[in-house]
Amino acid sequence: MKILVCLSVVPDTTTKISFTDSDTKFNSAGVTWIMNPYDEMALTRALELTELHSGTVTSITVGSVETEAVIRKALAVGATDAIRINAAPTDAMQVALEIAAYAKTENYDLIFTGRESIDYNGGLVAGLIGELLKIPSINVVTKIELNGSVAKLERDIDGGREVLESETPLVLSAQKEFSEPRIPNMRGIMAARAKPLKVIEPVASANTSFTKFEMPKEKQGVKMIAAEDAGALIGLLHEVAKVI
Amino acid sequence: MTLVYVELAEGKIKKSSLEALNYAHKLGEEVIAIAIGEAEDASLAQAGKYGAVKIIHVPILAFENNEYACILAAAAQEIGVKYTIFSNTYTGKAIAPRLAVKLDASIISGVTELPQSDGFKKGVFSGKAFAFVNSTKAIHVITLTPNSFALEVLGEEVAVETRTYAIESTTPKTKSLDKIKAGGKIPLTEAELVVSAGRGMKGPENWGMIEELAELLGAATACSKPVSDMHWRPHTEHVGQTGITIKPNLYIAVGISGAIQHLAGISSSKVIVAINKDAEAPVFKIADYGIVGDAFEVLPRIIEAAKNLKRS
Ligand SMILES: Cc1cc2nc3c(=O)[nH]c(=O)nc-3n(C[C@H](O)[C@H](O)[C@H](O)COP(=O)(O)OP(=O)(O)OC[C@H]3O[C@@H](n4cnc5c(N)ncnc54)[C@H](O)[C@@H]3O)c2cc1C
Ligand SMILES: Nc1ncnc2c1ncn2[C@@H]1O[C@H](COP(=O)(O)O)[C@@H](O)[C@H]1O
Repeated sequence: MKILVCLSVVPDTTTKISFTDSDTKFNSAGVTWIMNPYDEMALTRALELTELHSGTVTSITVGSVETEAVIRKALAVGATDAIRINAAPTDAMQVALEIAAYAKTENYDLIFTGRESIDYNGGLVAGLIGELLKIPSINVVTKIELNGSVAKLERDIDGGREVLESETPLVLSAQKEFSEPRIPNMRGIMAARAKPLKVIEPVASANTSFTKFEMPKEKQGVKMIAAEDAGALIGLLHEVAKVI
Repeated sequence: MTLVYVELAEGKIKKSSLEALNYAHKLGEEVIAIAIGEAEDASLAQAGKYGAVKIIHVPILAFENNEYACILAAAAQEIGVKYTIFSNTYTGKAIAPRLAVKLDASIISGVTELPQSDGFKKGVFSGKAFAFVNSTKAIHVITLTPNSFALEVLGEEVAVETRTYAIESTTPKTKSLDKIKAGGKIPLTEAELVVSAGRGMKGPENWGMIEELAELLGAATACSKPVSDMHWRPHTEHVGQTGITIKPNLYIAVGISGAIQHLAGISSSKVIVAINKDAEAPVFKIADYGIVGDAFEVLPRIIEAAKNLKRS
């Protein structure tokens, strides 16, 4: 079985976001980069599945050479090999076109993405890849079990959960509960150095671009209510803020 | 022309879809709504009040994202769309990307405002910032963040055109085996009011007060990450940078410290209330109303007042 895991590299969650060049560029100065948390869950489940059913796990990242430190982490926890497509990711369509173009040549049984990247929050890549490759796409998946070429899955739906079944090949996006991430050990880190990280040149381009960024409006300041008088909150929300 | 995919819940158009209709109307093109699934004409006709000139009803039952995308693509091509609008829900995001590929369109998700000269505004970094996005394509697929738009009635009920489309697809189908409803509650992503609690509640056995307040206000419940990690609450309630990003009119945070990752997911809320025993908790920095005190003493007072308001 062959599994492809789409890994995006994102700013650490504690990052204070700011912009440069008159708010047209993300300020990456001093940012620590991490593997997108949902992608990490996807990767771990992929490793578990190949441990159960044998096979290989390949990670794929659309990104510049700076992403390689994080890609090595995927190899250290157990990925067989890694692909880096040498382009700065601009939008979900571009990322999906690149990944689909590569995946077409390799016949993966499963392609995993994260539910969304915590930087640009598109949550679109799985659906785009699915349509580009004409395979089923299933988003916000919390569970996958395999029985031959049939996958049994659970996913979050608006207002509940769905149990469903699909033939492989398929693409899915991983939601919390998909797996518990693993911590790389020394042996894994050493082994990662010898594993193949192939760099390929891009074939696609983006059709959207960021023109400008903006920070949320500052709050006016907080109105404090004494604990003894906490009930007054309800009146304020009803009459002043008019939200209830 | 603009096509709006209207989501149904119990045969009625969901509020987030009415917002999408309003939004579509304000984009300036003529708006046609399309609903797939079971619904009465009387409910569907409401689409006219929120901006549609017509609603197409495709009465097939089970949701299958690829099939739905095929239907929408056929409708969009027939109409000749410039925009297709979805709600930024799990359902919307399951169909929208497949449709974008079929239509050779650009796709922008999580849009919060009408486009300006800088393009479409959308939340990024889980609500820590906003970005403006421009597209070079002739057709745009947009998913609209729920609660971004105050609803307005713009017209009259419209005619419902019931019809079918031939589904020609080479993509294998997925098969739904079972659906489990989450306790009949309001889905968090679309909720206008949210009562949320953190580790300050000490344990899952103390959530009765949170649920009672939510029930009284008609709010959804949410929680911080450690609370869902410890399984005090289901993961679907986890808000923040690695959970759900929400944009309700009211967010009440009880016993939540206000870590940067938590605030990311909720900072777009219109009104934020913080209840925390520590006056220095960072959550007060983004709050509109704050109460420094023990949740176990403060909440009963608020619940009492909410009961009184409900009675009056
Ligand atoms: C990679 C990463 C991603 C993360 N993503 C998220 C995320 O998406 N969402 C998220 O929420 N967190 C996230 N976190 C965790 C985040 O950093 C905080 O640890 C978390 O938000 C704290 O949760 P809390 O406020 O419930 O608990 P605490 O920080 O422990 O705060 C509890 C608060 O309750 C107050 N309190 C205690 N007792 C009472 C009482 N009786 N009455 C009133 N107040 C009381 C305390 O004063 C305190 O402020 C992430 C962390 C990491 C490392
Ligand atoms: N640059 C990238 N390289 C590889 N995979 C990516 C990249 N960007 C996004 N993805 C994948 O697509 C998922 C959804 O991303 P997004 O659409 O940005 O929210 C992520 O969780 C990743 O699995």
